[in-house]
Amino acid sequence: MKVKDLSDSELLYGHKACPGCAAGTVARLILKVTGERTFLAYPASCLSTVTSIYPQMAFSVPSFTAPFPATGAVLSGMAAAVKAKKLQDVTVLGIAGDGGTADIGLQALSGVVERGDRIFYVCYDNEAYMNTGVQRSSLTPFGAATTTSPVAGSSAGKRGVKKNLFEILVAHRIPYCATASIAHTADFLNKVEKAKNTDGPSFIHVLAPCPTGWGFPSDQTMAVGRLAVETGLWFLAEYEQGRVKMNSVPRNFRPVEEYLGLQKRFRHLGPAERKLIEGQRDREWADMREKWGF
Amino acid sequence: MSNDTLTARRAFMSANDAVSYGVRLCRPEVIAAYPITPQTSVVEKLSEFIAGGEMDCQFINVESEHSAMAAVMGAAMMGCRTFTASSSQGLLYMCEMLHYVSGSRFPIVMMNANRTVAAPWNIFGDHRDSLAMRDAGWLQVYVENGQEALDAVIQAYKVAEDPAVRTPVMVCLDGFVLTHTYEVVSIPGQREVDAFLPPFVPGENVLDLANPRSLCISVAPEWQTEFRHQQQEAMAAARRAIAGADGDFAGVFGRRWGGMVEEYRCEDAEYVLMGLGSVMGTTRLVVDKLREEGLKVGLVKVRYFRPFPNEEIAALGRRVKGIGVIDRDVSFGNAGALYTEAKAALYSAGDASPHTVNFIAGLSGRDITKEHLETMYRKVIALTEGKAEREIQFAGLRWEEW
Ligand SMILES: Cc1ncc(C[n+]2csc(CCOP(=O)(O)OP(=O)(O)O)c2C)c(N)n1
Ligand code: SF4
Repeated sequence: MKVKDLSDSELLYGHKACPGCAAGTVARLILKVTGERTFLAYPASCLSTVTSIYPQMAFSVPSFTAPFPATGAVLSGMAAAVKAKKLQDVTVLGIAGDGGTADIGLQALSGVVERGDRIFYVCYDNEAYMNTGVQRSSLTPFGAATTTSPVAGSSAGKRGVKKNLFEILVAHRIPYCATASIAHTADFLNKVEKAKNTDGPSFIHVLAPCPTGWGFPSDQTMAVGRLAVETGLWFLAEYEQGRVKMNSVPRNFRPVEEYLGLQKRFRHLGPAERKLIEGQRDREWADMREKWGF
Repeated sequence: MSNDTLTARRAFMSANDAVSYGVRLCRPEVIAAYPITPQTSVVEKLSEFIAGGEMDCQFINVESEHSAMAAVMGAAMMGCRTFTASSSQGLLYMCEMLHYVSGSRFPIVMMNANRTVAAPWNIFGDHRDSLAMRDAGWLQVYVENGQEALDAVIQAYKVAEDPAVRTPVMVCLDGFVLTHTYEVVSIPGQREVDAFLPPFVPGENVLDLANPRSLCISVAPEWQTEFRHQQQEAMAAARRAIAGADGDFAGVFGRRWGGMVEEYRCEDAEYVLMGLGSVMGTTRLVVDKLREEGLKVGLVKVRYFRPFPNEEIAALGRRVKGIGVIDRDVSFGNAGALYTEAKAALYSAGDASPHTVNFIAGLSGRDITKEHLETMYRKVIALTEGKAEREIQFAGLRWEEW
């Protein structure tokens, strides 16, 4: 997929997301690839709130707000209906936040992948429950301040590490899954196209910087997304035919400080904690190198 | 073997199997379910039908009850006729989805095998599970035997899919007492059922590529009341649809179940017992016995708990002297659910209102014996004759004389 081949028509139009919101762009780009023959489900999240408040609807494909824990299961029901009705050439698509995917929705996601249904699920990861006011999720990274992992007294942001969603999907032996970044647009679109064409479940985990929740100027979304990759705090990979492939291996990581320093949610971290984050990053990469041999 | 080969016949089967045959005859296109005793054999039987090519249907083996209802909802919003079944903990686990489905007006039919709710754990029957879901916006029908279970499933689709109703229906069967009890059941022929229940024609709330729309979206306070009002109107329409479906069904299959309520020997009755589900079968025998003694007794089987038969109960209240309400549940801190609602319905009778008493019985599978039921009738009679009776009584409590 080439950027110049992208359709001009918009299937997401007139939404009310914050300026600079990556989640909105993620949804918009995906629909440009999957096209008009898409049935879309999105659970309670920023995406539902900014697109679908009666009587206004921002999606121009058949779509609905799924119950927060149930996106995977409703996608299964839709896929079964596609078979029952013998529909051809359609995409059954889910787009959910990190909470709706990795926390409350994990069981239903696991279920639909295990059943092998032909569905395409995208998790846009803004690393917290943004819609309900920036509470921590299991995909919030170590050290980030949120309203339920605040910086106050003995607490200094989230303590646990970010759950590895990509590996959870790989552990399911899913036919296709990938990680992506909004700032690596061509790479993202290619992955969407592969996912759409996968005969079985497919999954993309895309980092979606959130100016409001992360605390950076709204014209810096792409820069923040790019820095996440260049500092090695986010990776671009694909799993298909039983193998993991890295799409980008920075020769030298930029200092994590460049990424952390741009965002208010990390402002409270002292030098020791920033070092800790750097150490975690290096261990993760060493691990990945060993496991996936790149 | 194809679907159409099912010709009318009689067979010896459990009420769970009767439900499975009822569902098969309705030709759902998607079924999703998660096992729980005593519902399990329904979905096993349906899986068997599908695997054997006797049903053309997609079966989704989901990972939880929440997902079961979510999956059938996903299929329903694509315009498919669907089915699921659950019980007890499973039904409660679905709770969020039950509201979601009714609020979105998907005409899903489910079977609930009534079983009590933990803790303490117990797999046997009472009505606490489904009655706890009475405000979920579903129609609820309680059946007395296997034949009624089969017929109620077929009627349920007819009512749920009525354009004025478009509301999901829960068909409730007493766990074990019905689900696992064998009796002779008439299976209608496929052709007759097809004529009674043609293929599902979805309304506007479907996902349609030619006419994209957003479903199940958020609604602000200035609109939500209108949506809720429509749900209430749909329940009013359901009263008519229930009567209509029962009448039409009788025309085709020769069996009539009474619609909202069934009265037995109530024409001149002065004392009645009212209840839900299988206990009404035993109560009929007790009515016959006491009638032989010359006592003017009758029974009222409440079939639909939602919508509630307010008018029918109010009309009854103007005719009889005393009503005992049997509840296989108790809303702790108040009374049984049926009693609470029946009493509210009787309020319109004013000073003519009959004496009422609530018998809490058959909790968690405890037998309700003929002797218990006879005692209940005698207590109702005594009450109308001026004897003091406690308003809410647990039948056959270990440390009390009954
Ligand atoms: C069962 C249930 N629990 C809680 C909620 C409240 N809720 C709605 S959206 C949301 C957070 C969504 O977070 P995420 O999935 O990360 O998406 P984001 O808002 O960040 O885009 C929560 C907790 C809900 N809708 N349903
Ligand atoms: S809070 Fe973040 S994710 Fe939500 S709409 Fe605003 S920018 Fe987008």
